[in-house]
Amino acid sequence: MSKKMHIKLNVNGKAEEFLAEPRELLIYTLRERLNITGPHIGCETSHCGACTVTINGKSVKACTMFVAQADGAEITTIEGIGGPDDLHPLQTAFKELHGLQCGYCTPGMITRATKLLEENPNPTEEDIRFGMAGNLCRCTGYQNIVKSIQAAAAEMNAAKEAAE
Amino acid sequence: MSVPKPLPHDAARMHVTGAARYVDDIPAPADTLHLAFGLSTIAAGRITDMDLSKVRAAPGVVAVLTADDLPFDNDVSPSVHDEPLLSDGAVHYLGQAMFLVIARSHLAARRAARHGDVSYAEETPILTVDDALAAGSHFEDGPRIYEKGDADAAIAAAPHRIEGVIEIGGQEHFYLEGQAALALPQEDSEMVVHSSTQHPSEIQHKVADALGVPMHAVRVECRRMGGGFGGKESQGNALAVACAVAARATGRPCRMRYDRDDDMVITGKRHDFRITYEAGFDGDGRLAGVSFVQYARCGWARDLSTPVADRAMLHADNAYLLPAARIESHRLRTNTQSATAFRGFGGPQGMVGIERVIDEVAHTLGLDPAEVRRRNYYAACSERGLSAPRPSGPPEDISGQKKPQTTPYGQVVDDFILHEMTEALSRSADYDARRRAAAQWNARGGVIRKGLAMTPVKFGISFTLTHLNQAGALVHVYRDGSVRINHGGTEMGQGLYQKVAQVAATRFGLDIEAVKITATDTAKVPNTSATAASSGSDLNGMAVKAACDTIRARMAQHLADTHGCAAEGVEFSGGRVQLPDGRSMGFVEVVESAYLARISLSSTGYYATPDISWDRIKGEGRPFYYFAYGVAATEVALDTLSGEYRILRTDIVHDAGASLNPAIDIGQIEGGYVQGAGWLTSEELVWDGRGALRTHAPSTYKIPAVSDAPDVFNVTLWDGANREATIYRSKAVGEPPLMLGISALMAVSDAVASCGEVYPALDAPATPERVLMAIGRVRGDGV
Repeated sequence: MSKKMHIKLNVNGKAEEFLAEPRELLIYTLRERLNITGPHIGCETSHCGACTVTINGKSVKACTMFVAQADGAEITTIEGIGGPDDLHPLQTAFKELHGLQCGYCTPGMITRATKLLEENPNPTEEDIRFGMAGNLCRCTGYQNIVKSIQAAAAEMNAAKEAAE
Repeated sequence: MSVPKPLPHDAARMHVTGAARYVDDIPAPADTLHLAFGLSTIAAGRITDMDLSKVRAAPGVVAVLTADDLPFDNDVSPSVHDEPLLSDGAVHYLGQAMFLVIARSHLAARRAARHGDVSYAEETPILTVDDALAAGSHFEDGPRIYEKGDADAAIAAAPHRIEGVIEIGGQEHFYLEGQAALALPQEDSEMVVHSSTQHPSEIQHKVADALGVPMHAVRVECRRMGGGFGGKESQGNALAVACAVAARATGRPCRMRYDRDDDMVITGKRHDFRITYEAGFDGDGRLAGVSFVQYARCGWARDLSTPVADRAMLHADNAYLLPAARIESHRLRTNTQSATAFRGFGGPQGMVGIERVIDEVAHTLGLDPAEVRRRNYYAACSERGLSAPRPSGPPEDISGQKKPQTTPYGQVVDDFILHEMTEALSRSADYDARRRAAAQWNARGGVIRKGLAMTPVKFGISFTLTHLNQAGALVHVYRDGSVRINHGGTEMGQGLYQKVAQVAATRFGLDIEAVKITATDTAKVPNTSATAASSGSDLNGMAVKAACDTIRARMAQHLADTHGCAAEGVEFSGGRVQLPDGRSMGFVEVVESAYLARISLSSTGYYATPDISWDRIKGEGRPFYYFAYGVAATEVALDTLSGEYRILRTDIVHDAGASLNPAIDIGQIEGGYVQGAGWLTSEELVWDGRGALRTHAPSTYKIPAVSDAPDVFNVTLWDGANREATIYRSKAVGEPPLMLGISALMAVSDAVASCGEVYPALDAPATPERVLMAIGRVRGDGV
């Protein structure tokens, strides 16, 4: 058993501090240590994207990152994007436009989509298909996921314009 | 108030915020233990020695169990008691559970499970169809054979004949949520199990047998699955039983989930098939007779292979009238994962067989395959009178009337609507013009070729095991007018809970928010069937309706007694209850009044599908209550240098009857199509010569990503009511759309065919490698 490391994280705006084995995977830290269960374990090999979170402004698959690598980082999970009574436009769009079925991929999918729209607020359909290709869904055939992201982008851009 | 509404999924708000709990998200007590199986490393043989001392000594390990430690039933089979939870000494496939590790964490259990020191007396495994045929290794006494007329004579007498063979690969479910279970020991020998399962009643049954207790001592709950697709009909049994046995042995809660690699190595998949065919036809492409031999690779245990292989036979006609047919089915036993249910349940494989035949017939005659398909369709139901009631007796040949058209298994096809649907799709997809354009494009002889194919689906709805076609429900109305419903169906993303809640809301005339649908629970509704065979809303919707109607009738009778009116005239709508004389009261007011009058506001409901009967040995009867239909057109562009291709456009018209929820149904159709296209194109399972599955992770097993879905994707619901009296005249929609994906395979075949004169005879999945080989064959410079 390797020596434990002193880890500090900021998760969804809350400071967390604990001792952990350096090889602890971030997805286990989130789910088991911090009881943040929105990010899911799908494949544990970075392929499916169910565990996608945002770390220091970048989309990261939490199943293949050690918590030691995240020391000092700002982390946002689906729980930090919007709650049931305070939905982010992407969350509203996925809900209303049926961008989900079983829902297991949804937290990772939406978390990734928030970054996609930050990187490119006016994505074409092709941009979305390219930018979301690292997140797998087995239920929807993706059609409504693409539509949801397009609708949220339009909504967010309209809100931005109205504010300006 | 009408039922059909495109309402979001019942848990959508929770899904988009990460608040929806799956089994592995359920908070468990701090002393919960975690499990992992130690797996066999050979495919066939016997254990000669099992030294588990290193496993027991590994960090975090609490206990290790072998078959000898199981005090009661060592079995997790859903059918014939041939699937030990832990090996009884025999090894049947590579990945079989040998022993069970109980540890303080998931990772500790998995790490320890690798330290088993097991010695084997290895035998030569039976892995392939050819191996199994050579060894005579099969389930059941011999092949099943369904016959209609004399197919051999019809084929021999026909002006044209073809014969061939197609290999059809299996498919990994790749539910995003892997298999998972959690067992919580209770007082008095009771056990509560949370399982990600399509079949809570079976989990209850297997857990009870494993613990040596009556079923009443086991309660199984499933709020949701992160996808099922048939892969959680029986494959969750092992985890749930392991958790229960370990929880009983340790007195502590036990949790288990398969890591993805383990999940793919351990659990069963869609059956791969080899289908050989002979067909006789006339110069217009009309079939005179068809003969199929279907070889299903079933794996090591029986599981659900019998009904899967039966359903493949029952869909060997797909949408086509076969004047004479012979279907022979071999269920081969091999030393591989026990193949299991997967969306379509054998139907897709049977359908690919006949679609291949039609495609080759068209190629032989130089006709458009879509036209040959239409020429062979069953007659339209409108030709026999759409509004005519179904005759109550057996079909008769009344002189002057058309003889009823029957399937190879003797069921009358009297609801056939594919002529109209195909016509509608041809128009909306501009099929003829695009077909001409593709031919012109290909005539230029470039590297990129286009292919366009339009294929139909006719899928039989009902469990072929007739007794499974039943469902129960439990409905409570509370004093504040809120309603809680429960039924035997499970939610795996298909939107069943929402559809059934819509039924309940409609019966009581309430907004959907007044109805809460709760986790499927064997203590609330007993003896349920698996949520499978697309039957979820048909069966459970009717059961919930029956329960609601019982309560409604009591409330109406109460109003009749207190207000001096006829109970029959009382109506429920808009949150109010209307009396026949025009007076109305709020729903809550009536509920309170009924409560004070000591009238029960709770009821069970029950439904059994009528009019079905089936003899699976003879292959005769009416196994299906009705058929669900669909038709799809897919266009692909193929790079003939690499064999790679992409789907440019897909158009679909699909029949969901009078849809309960059009948005949910369209989602099922889009998702089903992509999953079906994935099965036949990119999803390839590869076993090596030792029987090891080499494609056991998404790195090597390719399910469609968003970048693989069609560039243009148009889905339309066929607007029509079910002729049968299903729940609000809707139709089942879970499985049928998967088979629309066959159009993708046929489109690729069409593109390959443009490269030369020879028929491509493309196997599935049509990976770029196989496509390149087919191009070589077609060009005569075969690989």
